[in-house]
Amino acid sequence: MSRVVSITLQNNDDARPIIEAIEKDNPEATVNIYPGMVKIDCEGRLIIKQETVEELLGREWDVQELHLSIISMGGNVDEEDDYFELSWNL
Amino acid sequence: MAEKRKKKLGIKQRYSMLTRGLGWDTTYQDMDKVFPYDNYEGIIIHDWEGWEDPFRLTMDAYWKFQSEKEKKLYAVIDSFAQNNGHLGITDARYVNALKLFLTGVSPLEYQAARGFTHVGRQFRGVGPRVACQMQAIDELRHVQTQIHSMSHYNKYFDGLHSAPHMHDRVWYLSVPKSFFDDARTAGPFEFLTSISFAFEYVLTNLLFVPFMSGAAFNGDMATVTFGFSAQSDEARHMTLGLEVIKFMLEQDERNIPIVQRWMDKWFWRGTRMLALVAMMMDYMLPKRVMSWREAWDIYFTEAGGALFADLARYGIKPPKYADIATKEAEHISHQAWHIFYNYTHAAAFHTWVPGKEELDWLSEKYPTTFDKYYRPRLEYLDKEEKAGRRFYNDTLPMLCQVCQIPMGFTDMDDPTTISFEVSEYNGDKYHTCSLGCKDIFDYEPAKYVQAWLPVHQIYQGNCGGAEVPDVLKWYNFNLGADNLEYNGSPDQKLWDEWQAHRKKA
Ligand SMILES: [Fe+2]
Ligand SMILES: [Fe+2]
Ligand SMILES: [Zn+2]
Repeated sequence: MSRVVSITLQNNDDARPIIEAIEKDNPEATVNIYPGMVKIDCEGRLIIKQETVEELLGREWDVQELHLSIISMGGNVDEEDDYFELSWNL
Repeated sequence: MAEKRKKKLGIKQRYSMLTRGLGWDTTYQDMDKVFPYDNYEGIIIHDWEGWEDPFRLTMDAYWKFQSEKEKKLYAVIDSFAQNNGHLGITDARYVNALKLFLTGVSPLEYQAARGFTHVGRQFRGVGPRVACQMQAIDELRHVQTQIHSMSHYNKYFDGLHSAPHMHDRVWYLSVPKSFFDDARTAGPFEFLTSISFAFEYVLTNLLFVPFMSGAAFNGDMATVTFGFSAQSDEARHMTLGLEVIKFMLEQDERNIPIVQRWMDKWFWRGTRMLALVAMMMDYMLPKRVMSWREAWDIYFTEAGGALFADLARYGIKPPKYADIATKEAEHISHQAWHIFYNYTHAAAFHTWVPGKEELDWLSEKYPTTFDKYYRPRLEYLDKEEKAGRRFYNDTLPMLCQVCQIPMGFTDMDDPTTISFEVSEYNGDKYHTCSLGCKDIFDYEPAKYVQAWLPVHQIYQGNCGGAEVPDVLKWYNFNLGADNLEYNGSPDQKLWDEWQAHRKKA
């Protein structure tokens, strides 16, 4: 049975550092590129870390800025000050 | 940097103060009287504090992010109009998908705004109330931005001039309309199960995501931008859908069978409505991103599979008839397109037989079904049209009492036999298109016998007159422009002129 969590982001300038950060922090993730958008799948869980995005962006980044780029997702959400995580209960 | 952040409250505290901190239990009046609707459906809630808010968005942050989204979106809409963005689309046939979207889907955004405004008042828990109120505002934003974006196309193309009027009257638009009417006339928990969970969490990905990506592929900057802007709210809506399910299931085990029945019902109603989207994806996008079948595999089989595996620990099973719906993914777009091809003289958009390359693409995407059942029929219709005998079906179809789709879908194991079911209620016979719709009817017949079925209404003389043109005028169609075959339409003529100019230049 598939336990894939997934996040879909716009393929634009705002989202690119977030996509890169996801790739960095979730080495198992698969990145699917479609017209206008990027869908990232990962088995079990996927994390977006504020620290990594800030490093790539070179400025402060509020995790809730994710709201500007997200298109869709699958998984239970855990949102904190310094990370955003999707997971299924394994 | 880290120090500056420490001074603020953490996201959880901030959220809890700005939501629950603002609620109170009433004392002059009994809470049951203040919130009269949130317990009659049989859902038992012991502790509203058990509600977990997945996105901890406070009102101040909400306004900040939403206004940023709007600014970006309106900058694009403005420049799209200023720069004649409609000239950049792949082909004028594409605009027919927008016509269906504006008349069929955008009014649902308004229905959603109404529904969430209502339930945003009716839950006694502060968490769900705030989430529903934010969503009500989102949905209003969705309908407004969609109308603004597509108004540019209305300057040049037919069939986009009267969406709300058409939504309330036209036969195929009663399919999405009745879906939302059904949801909004249910109690607040069923409403959230239908819209937030079944529609937004489980199925909306199938509607918006591949379609908007398709819009990007077909050069429609306006639609991509409003679509993705709406979807950025949708992620929040999806979490509300999942949370309400988990909340009901965790509160009391007597809730489980009620929730399961709602899931079964709304999954089926949702897949029925998505037949319209299936055909948009397989037939109406000149450049295609993925087939309906592929979208179904990614967004239902895979994503839905993971979701229902997660819910299994509560004793929840995948929706009843999910297996039939998966079989339908091979057939439904072709069958729906065929229905509209038959009745395009009574529709506010054009249909056509796809070109050879497009047929080849369909053959490749549907290797076991398309060549066997659907390609020969399309090639026959094409030959007839070229010989000056474009086929239109002049009798009115029978509609399913529940989903209101013309009864043209087949048995999925035998795509040459029309599927239908019969129920009896108070001595009358009622027909449904499938076992899924029959179950829904049989559980609440008193509700569904009241359905406003467009074909029945036409025959009863309630739709402008006895002849088809009378009915179409009552729909506010411009006859000869909005309807009929694409080849030879004013849309096509205009588009060909633009292309000829471009070549000259
Ligand atoms: Fe919406
Ligand atoms: Fe929504
Ligand atoms: Zn039906």
